[in-house]
Amino acid sequence: MDSIVVLVKHLFNGLQVGSIYALVALGYTMVYGIIKLINFAHGDFIMVGAYISMMAIPVMISAGLPVWVCMIVAALLCAVMGVVTERVAYKPLRNSPRLTALITAIAVSLLLQNLFMVMFGSASKPYPAVFSTEQMGGSGIQLSMSTLVTIVLSVACMICLQMFVKKTRMGKAMRAVSEDMAAAQLMGINVNTTISLTFAIGCALAAIAAVMYCAAYPLVNPYMGSLLGLKAFVAAVLGGIGIIPGAMLGGFVIGIVESFTKAYISSQLADAVVYGILIVVLLVKPTGVLGKNVGEKV
Amino acid sequence: MTNTKIPVKSYILNTLCIALLYAVMMAGVDGKFITRYAQGIIITVCINIILAVSLNIATGFLGEIALGHAGFMSVGAYTAALFTKHMEITTKTPNAWVYLLVALALGGLVAAAFGMLVGIPALRLKGDYLAIITLGFGEIIRVLIEYVPFTGGAQGLKSIPKIAKLPVVFWVTIAVVVILFTFVRSRQGRVITAIREDDIASEAVGINNTYYKVMAFVVSAFFAGVAGGLYAHYVGILGAKTFDFNKSIDILVIVVLGGMGSLTGSIIAAIGLTVLPEALRGFAEYRMLIYSVALIIVMLFKPSGLFGKYEFSLSRALSNIFKKGKAGNQPKGTKGGSAA
Repeated sequence: MDSIVVLVKHLFNGLQVGSIYALVALGYTMVYGIIKLINFAHGDFIMVGAYISMMAIPVMISAGLPVWVCMIVAALLCAVMGVVTERVAYKPLRNSPRLTALITAIAVSLLLQNLFMVMFGSASKPYPAVFSTEQMGGSGIQLSMSTLVTIVLSVACMICLQMFVKKTRMGKAMRAVSEDMAAAQLMGINVNTTISLTFAIGCALAAIAAVMYCAAYPLVNPYMGSLLGLKAFVAAVLGGIGIIPGAMLGGFVIGIVESFTKAYISSQLADAVVYGILIVVLLVKPTGVLGKNVGEKV
Repeated sequence: MTNTKIPVKSYILNTLCIALLYAVMMAGVDGKFITRYAQGIIITVCINIILAVSLNIATGFLGEIALGHAGFMSVGAYTAALFTKHMEITTKTPNAWVYLLVALALGGLVAAAFGMLVGIPALRLKGDYLAIITLGFGEIIRVLIEYVPFTGGAQGLKSIPKIAKLPVVFWVTIAVVVILFTFVRSRQGRVITAIREDDIASEAVGINNTYYKVMAFVVSAFFAGVAGGLYAHYVGILGAKTFDFNKSIDILVIVVLGGMGSLTGSIIAAIGLTVLPEALRGFAEYRMLIYSVALIIVMLFKPSGLFGKYEFSLSRALSNIFKKGKAGNQPKGTKGGSAA
């Protein structure tokens, strides 16, 4: 009985981390789907979101608003920053070789990290509590409020996103651009707006993920985004990069695998197991679990 | 790409230049112009040159993005360090450099073996997927090095003899650059470039693509291992954290900035990107900021890197200066004159 309680606890931990990975992975996957760029700077938008929300919390408290409103502030500001980055750094490179854009993304990542280090210092800062810390549940299984909020909220975000992409005009435009940019342009779709919107949504999701991550691990520093981003990226590839449900699936799988490896095998080997799964998936089905195989044209 | 023979006088010229450079450098060390600090920078430059030119084989000439170069470097570093530690070499051992060379060869071989192990499955993929899988392998190597006991684990491998002195590092670098120059001009090197240009066409004319891709990858890994061995015997202490994803990115940035497919470009970029942060040390807080902005600007305005695919040639440059008008049809020569 006891071992089942522990198992469920680890499962929920995995789901919590996994839903954060999934939200970040959505940003990677949407950007890759639309402009075929591995946006290495995406992880750093988590860090940006964490700092913005951290500064917004005292403002919220003094204005008498609930603390969680900081999430909306962070999401909006991050979205604006994402669009600005896209317009300044990535847009001029849309027709240049893929590696050039990749290196630019890495440079943007370095820029964000160092900009925030100069502004806030490299030391970790404590993050104030966003959700109440009370424990819930009975019969041995205790869950914190933040775990539940994280899982519920991220699933809600994913459903909204899926609805947006499938049902709205903008979503349709997004799918069209990722299918064939030139043809979409000929059909009268504004490609630039669509790409900017993709970046905005991706960065907003990263900011939401940042608040939830900080609720679980309340420390903020300029480098927090890089490892988290890398894991989320692995999640995106695992599920099939460019495919939205794939990112969600990948995120949850990575989160749960990591949580169980830490609990039952070795906390040191958790990363190796995650990357090992990635490699096996890529070798067996290079386009990811949910990916479609595309034939090669000569 | 023309395959003209390199004239003898070009070899002589470059050999003379390297010898001159070495003489000037050693005179500087003897005459105390080059401080210990400056010597350290030169050694770091040399190690970065080896890393950059070796990655350029996989990324520039084969045209596949590899994000796990630091993994191979760490394998070479640990192998070489464990060898010299096991042989109980110290800085006082006579002819320590001979043992260092053996250690470097061993490090290179083990790294090459890992390169083959990674390359055979990974090179079935292309483009972004290959980049991701090499990233995954690089991270696994790092985690495993921290996990197994004989590498010193998370505490790191300590008290490695610091026998990588300036002369031996310099000559190893020259040797690596020369070997890689001849490699990319050899039959194998041209096959690898052909695969980059069009892999379907090269397969169609009967080239065994997989074989040559793995070969390029293994060569690249071998020299990354050599660089790792030098690094280990220069700093004297190894921690797996040094060889993380960011290290691989640093090397890739050098290659891209110098120009993919230009070994001289890699050399110049390695010198620039190692010396520049040191020169900016006065603005310690802002130097990484300047570095990243500079990188974005170069990528926006010169996306092919500083050199593109152009190779600098000393003899060609000289003949351009002396015989204006006849320039242009001069054969290409190897270079190495500015390799330090």
